[in-house]
Amino acid sequence: MKFNDIDTENIEIELLLEAIYQKYDYDFRGYSRASIKRRLKRRLSLSGHATLTDMQREVLYDPDFFHVLLQDLSINVTEMFRDPSFYKAVREVVLPLLAEREIIKIWHAGCSSGEEVYSIAILLQELGLYGKSLIYATDFDETILSKAKEGIYPVDLLQAYTRNYRDSGGVGSFADYYSARYELVLMDKALKENIVFSNHNLVTDGVFGEMDLVFCRNVLIYFKRELQDRVFRLFKESLCTGGFLCLGTKETVRISQYTGTFADVVKKEKIYRKN
Amino acid sequence: MTTDKSYEAVVMGVSAGGLHALETVLPQLPADFSLPVMIVQHRTRTSDDFLLRFLDELCLLRIVEAEDKVGVQKGYIYLAPPGYHLQVEMDRSLSLSVDPPVNWSRPSVDVLFETAADVYRDKLVGVVLTGANRDGSAGLARIKQLGGLGVIQDPETAEAPQMPQGAIDVAGGDRILSLVRIGQFLATLKNEGRRRF
Repeated sequence: MKFNDIDTENIEIELLLEAIYQKYDYDFRGYSRASIKRRLKRRLSLSGHATLTDMQREVLYDPDFFHVLLQDLSINVTEMFRDPSFYKAVREVVLPLLAEREIIKIWHAGCSSGEEVYSIAILLQELGLYGKSLIYATDFDETILSKAKEGIYPVDLLQAYTRNYRDSGGVGSFADYYSARYELVLMDKALKENIVFSNHNLVTDGVFGEMDLVFCRNVLIYFKRELQDRVFRLFKESLCTGGFLCLGTKETVRISQYTGTFADVVKKEKIYRKN
Repeated sequence: MTTDKSYEAVVMGVSAGGLHALETVLPQLPADFSLPVMIVQHRTRTSDDFLLRFLDELCLLRIVEAEDKVGVQKGYIYLAPPGYHLQVEMDRSLSLSVDPPVNWSRPSVDVLFETAADVYRDKLVGVVLTGANRDGSAGLARIKQLGGLGVIQDPETAEAPQMPQGAIDVAGGDRILSLVRIGQFLATLKNEGRRRF
């Protein structure tokens, strides 16, 4: 492949993202390209098309194919109590500061298949706060959202999840939170009572009002800086004063224009508080 | 052993035996080394910053954990954080991802090499050191395909020979050297500015 071909391929990616936006209203134009490119080229090689331009025709004319591609482009790597030290900080630092609230409103933005939403629900339950909590769990991908709603996960992951739970300061028996059936586990129904799963796209949709706590972990690394700024603004406007913002371990508000809006709470875990 | 060609960046992949390999190669790079260095060292997700602090003591260049959306600069060695892929974007900034592991690895050497190859093209030097898997072979092949330079640790000198041997089999090396020689060779590299044409 010559340099010329790389440049052509980069143009094809821009055109394809533009086509997806105009036709289907999903806007990936503000996403960092390196990961997008790998995902598109994986689908390209599976599709049998020679070029992204050829594949674009199928994307435009066949909504079913588009939905396959949409799955490719959605970020769905997650796990329960991902980064246990983070959840330990939420348990020991953040939630105690919210304990006196009449109602605790939580927005989990980009919740993917829901593992981290159930993690939060478990924390709230163990601290006796679940009853007065309301969790909005959102994602732009309906398929993944319905998975989150079901709360059914493969049993072979449970060992790692149980270890994460314990490392994050879990005090109970993790097995109390699910029932196992053959190869699958179903999360306890009681954990779902105060969770509202709904479709929301961080790129194109608006504010969620008066939140005490916003989780958005390992989503922003997929965005370019301009889009990151849009999302930080969204979080700023969605949080009440003194509300908490929790990002992924390698994400930061410090390179954004909204850095002044947020104070460090637990710096290492990227937990901030809105001034 | 030196080269007259101008290069713009070095990417390096290393796995089992990496601590000794990096402490041999990196301190040889001079303080005025004009190419940024990006490294994927396979390690467990829960690794602490020991490797970083250990190498920082020894190196003349500043060694930092790669941060998302930060522009690549000379004078720095960027180490991929455990649990994240490290990628180079077209605007020469770094990005991280939690995309699925590649070659059972995250960070993956192939991901770093392939994304960097598209950006730096024939001005990229790819270095594959000791390791007990085949990560990095496809990435180095891509670098070489675009005219970049392939430097591989001589498998006979490697603590774990599979990774350098894989790179030789799949991509082929322009230089196949011991760790000490690799450090010496890299130290001679020069960046004479962006492509002129």
